[in-house]
Amino acid sequence: MKRVFMLLVVAVGLLFFTACGENEAVLQPDTDDGEAPLASSINVFNWGEFIDPQVLSMFTQETGIAVNYSMYASNEEMYQRIRTGGADFDVLFPSDYMIQRMISQGMLARLNWDNIPNREHIYYRFWGMPFDPYDQYSVPYMWGTFGILYNTAIVDEPVYSWDILWNPRWANEIFMYDASRDTMGAALRRLGFSLNSTNIEEIHAARDSLIEQRPLVRAFAGDQIKDWMIVGDGALATVFSGDAVWAKQDNPDLNFIVPIEGTQIFLDSMVIPITTTRQREAEMFINFMTRPDIAYLNTRYIMYSTTNYTTLQMLPDYMKDCTIYWPPEEIFYRLEAFEDLGDFKEEFERAWTEVLVAN
Amino acid sequence: MIAKKLYLALIVFFLYAPILVLMVFSFNYSRSQAHWAGFSLRWYRELFNDDQIMRAVRNTVLIGIFSTVAATAIGAAAAVGISKMGRRFKGIVMGVTQLPVMMPDIVTGISLRLLFIFVIRFIGAGNLGFGTLLLSHIIFNVPYVILSVMPKLQQMDGNLYEAALDLGSTPFGAFHKVILPEVWPGVVTGALLAFTLSVDDFMVSFFTTGSGVENLSIQIFSMARRGVNPRINALSTLIFIVIMVLLFLVHKRDQRLARDNSA
Amino acid sequence: MKRLFGYPYGLWLTIFVVLPLGLIGYYSITATDAAGNTYFTLRHFHMFFEASFPGQPFFSRLYVNVAVRSLRLALMTTVITFILGYPVAYIMAGKGFSDKSVLLFLFIAPMWMNFLVRTYAWLAILSRNGILNTFLAWLGLPILDILFTDSAVLLGMVYNFLPFMVLPIYTALKKMDPRIIEAAQDLGANSPRVFIRVVFPLSMPGVVSGITMVFMPAAATFIIPNLLGGGQYFLLGNLVEQQFLRVGNWNFGAAIAVIMIGLMLVSTFILSWFGRAEAKEGGMKE
Repeated sequence: MKRVFMLLVVAVGLLFFTACGENEAVLQPDTDDGEAPLASSINVFNWGEFIDPQVLSMFTQETGIAVNYSMYASNEEMYQRIRTGGADFDVLFPSDYMIQRMISQGMLARLNWDNIPNREHIYYRFWGMPFDPYDQYSVPYMWGTFGILYNTAIVDEPVYSWDILWNPRWANEIFMYDASRDTMGAALRRLGFSLNSTNIEEIHAARDSLIEQRPLVRAFAGDQIKDWMIVGDGALATVFSGDAVWAKQDNPDLNFIVPIEGTQIFLDSMVIPITTTRQREAEMFINFMTRPDIAYLNTRYIMYSTTNYTTLQMLPDYMKDCTIYWPPEEIFYRLEAFEDLGDFKEEFERAWTEVLVAN
Repeated sequence: MIAKKLYLALIVFFLYAPILVLMVFSFNYSRSQAHWAGFSLRWYRELFNDDQIMRAVRNTVLIGIFSTVAATAIGAAAAVGISKMGRRFKGIVMGVTQLPVMMPDIVTGISLRLLFIFVIRFIGAGNLGFGTLLLSHIIFNVPYVILSVMPKLQQMDGNLYEAALDLGSTPFGAFHKVILPEVWPGVVTGALLAFTLSVDDFMVSFFTTGSGVENLSIQIFSMARRGVNPRINALSTLIFIVIMVLLFLVHKRDQRLARDNSA
Repeated sequence: MKRLFGYPYGLWLTIFVVLPLGLIGYYSITATDAAGNTYFTLRHFHMFFEASFPGQPFFSRLYVNVAVRSLRLALMTTVITFILGYPVAYIMAGKGFSDKSVLLFLFIAPMWMNFLVRTYAWLAILSRNGILNTFLAWLGLPILDILFTDSAVLLGMVYNFLPFMVLPIYTALKKMDPRIIEAAQDLGANSPRVFIRVVFPLSMPGVVSGITMVFMPAAATFIIPNLLGGGQYFLLGNLVEQQFLRVGNWNFGAAIAVIMIGLMLVSTFILSWFGRAEAKEGGMKE
């Protein structure tokens, strides 16, 4: 037994030691204009599957700065890692409401726009967003909307409103997204309220409407929804636009709409934490990510909509002209970005818990 | 005997069914886990070009092995120590030992993070990273080893150890010659469970690691918003094949040894 | 010598278990006001047991209900893994298999693939148009729509926790002194009787370990039930994560963790009481 164990350990260990050699970049600090030499590496903290992996080595090749790359699964997990201290990150990718929270808590550094000339490629609508109204802290990276994905081969009625998700005709054919803000937000907009409502009566109305809807819902789930929609396990689902683009590739019967009552627009932006000691290098990275050819690689890989207008023109027609990937202008008037709810989160999450426990 | 083997085969099939599925889907052209879009090796190609995953595999294996060895040593020694404690004290220590088992991962993760950060600031040196990640895995593995070794100690005749001492054995010799062989099966299963836990852990790892040091679990969980990349299926398939080949070789060798011994 | 092992471990426990969890305990009984002052309070415990609506019966109160669901799921998982797992351990420990180490590895190897990936594979198997139903349809049998039901959740839980039940029981059964069984048989006990009166009581420490290693983590887990249950399960683990991450109320999160410890300690006490009763009956010495 002992020998079996040792043998396995040694063999597996050897295999992986030999399989992955370290490929640390050789450092060539280029000292122009008598500035301090560049740091040899930066620490980047991003969502999983939210960058084309080759982009990182391209950055290292061009600048000589290595990228220590780490990943997170949610804004909140990232936030706690930064908040508790002991984290040494130079670039983060939080979403709208999280940027607002981090700004209000003094956790982000003001950007030096001289180092980010590629900002001019960002579409004008993504500047001056409510979470960073004076454009001091964040550079938009990816964006999208939250709406209804439906199977045109099954749903024979027009889909234009959140109401269809409350129609008993589609009982057990509906997938809802398993996240409090997004799903409560849809319910709030359906009732004519703001996504960012902090009125307890509106929250309770949204909660009650979701409890009423529960018998119709096949499942609350996350990224698996698109897999099930592809094979026709359900007829209607709430998803992000980027996932809809993806699902439609595998099943052309699928379509995605932004409901008339309005919905959420999300923006994932690049920011620099205040604790950084490598702000100039971090800004170089952000500038690099905003360059149209690099933004092109990333949006092709991730399939979320780029915020880069120059990149949009470079995309193949099936992406550029796809109204899911880049909706028509009038859609923007129905969109609302999340804001941080502050202490009201307690009530909000409690209402959501009551939805999930109600059965 | 046939009924027994049939039952065992059924359970083994149950355990391997999802593994077979993910092996099949590792050859699927589509990213989807649900529908088959034709045979392809693209995920294997992409896997070998993905430095992030390769580095994560190495961290996972190293942390798995080191934390298993350390936790098994600490846990086995502690179990022997606990078994000799007075009744009341033993109850308390066993209760505290089990606390990490009953804690939600996030509580363990955040409380250990706070502890590590406190110590780092106190000393004024060090960083969250591989070391703290490894230490936290040892911490949550130890109770499982103790729980695996304890039953064997309880079954053991307590007088054996004293008898060995009476016959002139040194305390360490008595431990090595008398106790260890008796509890060995418990040590082995404890080690196997510890390795399993280490490979699967996400939440504690996420909060106790530093920038740039990641294991596979962190990467896989981080993919949850976009969907797990099929490269992970390809990787799982490869790891699985390696394990199976090794098992087969060991089995063949054991058979040969058994034959030689009987001949 | 043996006692010597106890002290370093005591130190280990103090630093890495008592200290961090002491911090959690501290969080659970304090709160911070707007001015940043920390004060003592028990309101988080009160919050857990409070009713959403006046006069709500105790067990249908929001968080109490969540606790009851979690304990029920953990208990059912434990019972099923025990019923399925004991025979597995018994057969593996028996005389039929010479190469036990390989068998053991064969049993645990699937668990070395990441559990999220394995659970996703179960989703692909169990979904309405999934592998199982494709197979059933091919055989001309009616399809099973079990994904997002209690059965799917239990299946996933049992799948994941089975080795944690089998291995300690296997350990306890293996190398059991065969002379004890022979002696019992010599004294005229028939096979089931030998098992009930001798083998099972002797394996009891392994059973207790197995139950501990399944029940306790099962009560705190939530990812598998969430995925296979389609969000119909909201458990204590969800609640703790919600408070620590999304709400950011560590005090309430810590209080829930402390309540979980309390629930688990009570369960352990009941379990060890049963264990002792069993052991006494089997004539095994403590």
